[in-house]
Amino acid sequence: MSTRYTGYTRRTIAQIAKRIVQDIPDGAYVNLGIGQPMTIANHLPDDKEIIIQSENGILGMGPVATGEDIDTELVNAGKQNVTLLKGGSIFHHGESFAMIRGGHIDICVLGAFQVSVTGDLANWRTLDRGAIPAVGGAMDLAKGAKKVFVMMEHLSKSGESKLVTQCTYPLTGVGVVDMIYTDLATLQVTPDGLLVIDRVDGLSHAELESLSEIKLRETNND
Amino acid sequence: MINKIVPSLDEAVADIHDGAKILVSGFGGAGLPTQLLDALVAQGAKNLTIISNNAGSGGVGIAKLVLAKQVSKVICSFPRQPGSSAFDELFRSGAIELELVPQGTLAERIRAAGAGIGAFFTPTGAGTELAIGKESRILDGEEQILEYPIHADFALIKANLGDRWGNLTYRRSGRNFGPLMATAATCAIAQVSQIVALGELDPETIITPGIYVQRVALAEKVTA
Repeated sequence: MSTRYTGYTRRTIAQIAKRIVQDIPDGAYVNLGIGQPMTIANHLPDDKEIIIQSENGILGMGPVATGEDIDTELVNAGKQNVTLLKGGSIFHHGESFAMIRGGHIDICVLGAFQVSVTGDLANWRTLDRGAIPAVGGAMDLAKGAKKVFVMMEHLSKSGESKLVTQCTYPLTGVGVVDMIYTDLATLQVTPDGLLVIDRVDGLSHAELESLSEIKLRETNND
Repeated sequence: MINKIVPSLDEAVADIHDGAKILVSGFGGAGLPTQLLDALVAQGAKNLTIISNNAGSGGVGIAKLVLAKQVSKVICSFPRQPGSSAFDELFRSGAIELELVPQGTLAERIRAAGAGIGAFFTPTGAGTELAIGKESRILDGEEQILEYPIHADFALIKANLGDRWGNLTYRRSGRNFGPLMATAATCAIAQVSQIVALGELDPETIITPGIYVQRVALAEKVTA
């Protein structure tokens, strides 16, 4: 377990979501994974048209439905009731995964248990005894999307770094991750290791490396 | 004259035999044919293999079938759900076998069965636990694994409108696996919210053409 530092404030889930939105270009087709990534749908900016694809056959998915807008036949990947935007479309699972596996999705944002320095992703199964394995669309998205963003906490609940030299949890995909957004930093997977794009105020590069338990590349403007 | 409309949900599932392989539409509760599943629970067929995206939750639908000990194997992508305890307990005790399939591979294996494709290669799952024991090949510069079609004896599908030829429409994301599953079963049975006269469905809006469907049964109105 790493040393704890006190001079910084962690990004909230909403702040991580807004940071990710900065990196999604206007007109992008984006799939959001179950968990934290689904909250990105609540932070879509007015100045960009970002089209959300949901694996269960929706393009142009809107925010979570409330009140009279709730339709039990319109759900997102996490089975929450959602809305459909103007211009939205519905299709079956074969079509949806042809879209995903055929390389038509620009960006998918997935949660993770671990990401390795070479972009390996582990997010479908822990090694806990009695845990029920469940993969959903994660392996299809990890392979099929043009870019894979990971949104996660930097450290596990027990304080271990989720950035690792090699994943110890079962893999979802090999070398698939492009960008990592955590409550402490934004990192890019490069052939020379993880490059720190930004980090929270009050946290030095050395402290971030110490918490991450791996060597990280510094950006030039540090 | 073709008339695929059956008088009741019970009659629609009456001949499902012990040991049958059954495709069940739905993504969580959306598109789940709960009334056909209720009829199957009442009918009592055992030792069933259920192929669906999930393994049931909240004691309804597939969970009800699991609780009634009618299921011996589940082929699905995501059994872990809030309220999926019926499946969880039987899986942990070894009473139910699980074949976990990535969701896109599940959809494509069902599509392949309906389209007469003998097998296909996909990069999904390559290099992971789910590729263990599967044939693989380097295609287009990357490792791809060989996946086989999933045929079934029956498909239970929730649709919206249906006519006596078996033409179907769906509602919202309730469409999900329905159109694929209708193509991959020897006998596809649709639970519909409304039966309409032949010709009432706009040909442009029919999602499942009747050729894939063997039986259409009207769902009972659910009072909230």
